[in-house]
Amino acid sequence: MMIATRELTKRFKSVTAVDGITLDVAEGELVALLGPNGAGKSTTLRMLTTLIPPTAGSAEVAGLDVVTRQREVRRRIGYIGQGNGAGHSQRGRDELISQGRAYGLPVRQARARATELIDSLGLGEVADRAVSTLSGGQRRRLDIAMGLFHAPELLFLDEPSTGLDPQNRANLQEHIVRLRREHGTTIVLTTHYLEEADSLAERVIVIDHGRIIADDSPERLKAKHVGDRIVLTFHSEEDAGRAAHLLQAARKDDQVTADNGPAQVPEILEELRTAGLTPAAVETRRPTLDDVFLTLTGRSLRDETPEA
Amino acid sequence: MSSLVTDTRVVFSRELRPVLRSPFSIVFSMVQPLFFLALFAPLLPDGTSLQWFVPGIIVMSCLFGTSMTGSNLLYEIQTGSHERMLVTPLRRPALLIGRALKEIVPMLAQAVLIVLVCVPFGFRLHPLGAVFGLLILAGFCVGLGALSYTLALASKNQEWLFWTVQQTLLFPLLLLAGVLLPIEDGPAWLRFLSKINPMTYVVNAERGLFDGDVWSRASGYGLIAAAAVALVGLMIGVRAMQRSD
Repeated sequence: MMIATRELTKRFKSVTAVDGITLDVAEGELVALLGPNGAGKSTTLRMLTTLIPPTAGSAEVAGLDVVTRQREVRRRIGYIGQGNGAGHSQRGRDELISQGRAYGLPVRQARARATELIDSLGLGEVADRAVSTLSGGQRRRLDIAMGLFHAPELLFLDEPSTGLDPQNRANLQEHIVRLRREHGTTIVLTTHYLEEADSLAERVIVIDHGRIIADDSPERLKAKHVGDRIVLTFHSEEDAGRAAHLLQAARKDDQVTADNGPAQVPEILEELRTAGLTPAAVETRRPTLDDVFLTLTGRSLRDETPEA
Repeated sequence: MSSLVTDTRVVFSRELRPVLRSPFSIVFSMVQPLFFLALFAPLLPDGTSLQWFVPGIIVMSCLFGTSMTGSNLLYEIQTGSHERMLVTPLRRPALLIGRALKEIVPMLAQAVLIVLVCVPFGFRLHPLGAVFGLLILAGFCVGLGALSYTLALASKNQEWLFWTVQQTLLFPLLLLAGVLLPIEDGPAWLRFLSKINPMTYVVNAERGLFDGDVWSRASGYGLIAAAAVALVGLMIGVRAMQRSD
């Protein structure tokens, strides 16, 4: 196991930010922690990256306890936090070299690796400028370069795409996917962007109020908790009522929940036609992770305003 | 394998790099002491010479520059680069010691500049004393720097706290050390406050040393005061850094 936590808990004074999280992440997994702001995602990450000690429970990262073997854990992990990792008065290349030195690389090797990362992240033109003059997207790429500097076996990303425009966000996701494909890096990221969790991760852990409320692949989460929706529209309320009755759907809004919805449409239409009913329109809706969250908590993730 | 020394060196050279990349920043951060030199020195009573005034201004320059240095760390705490460094294997004490040691470099540059500016106006340089003086000052500024970084760590998420404390302490320390006017003729309570201000001993030592009086009692007291500030500053600072998240 790359990560193994048992009843991991963090309390700040009277607030329980993380409430007994037990979690296993195997080598090579790409996991997204999804949840609203304040759900405990970042606090979990901060415990796993040795930034803060747990109040109770335990966590092992790469087989090492995060409290008693902090420095060894730090050597093995990469961390890309919510902020910008590079000092604003520094130059990007200098910061990269310092990062390498921090991991014990000799200067010459650190320099070579810095150049390599600058090239692969397209930072060639800005690497020798003060970080304060870089755009948000460029700074984020610099953060990625620093996080990857020592080629960690496990990479944590805390809200990696917050504040990025769609193009830079896509760019970042591409890097994450490539990293995984080329190096088999285990990746754990937190996000409150549903699309990001959906398209990027093979495993989504939904966290709310410091607890894990669901943990599965996006597809299975949707199938298990929501299912597809087939929306039938009729010309009159009367027809709609009859159809609803016929299809034994308890819902008033003419929505029918089904597994593998599109495949059931012909069958439903046939059933309706036999009864002399013709819908005005048919639509199948595949659920989103937001629907999953809504079903699980009664709240929508979209109500959340992203943090600055 | 890395050790505390190599870790400290990594932090030290990282901190120093922006200074080396734009050396003029050193001059900008010392405009205040230069103003005191230009606008206050001419007002000194006849008996007071540059020989008495300049060493105090050098200590003042060290105090002004070094006490503010925590704001750099405060900024890095806010932007996220401090957090990034906390997740590297760098030893926590190195994150503080490397930063504090770096303060010596701009301090030395400023001291040399002040002396160079003053020599044409009749300031006599005694090299041996000056070297000893700068050594004592180096210890003092490492301690002050460490305390400033400690203040920054304590002011995490409340920047106003850093500036309030720094600004509140700055002038009492300066005036009570007798940098601008002699304390000897002041009332007893003022002399008492001056006596418990470690900076007083540093200023007195610098005055003797820059005047060529190397082996004096004042030099000894100055050395002890500077060493004490360095030791206390580093101890408190390292503890604060170890708790930093």
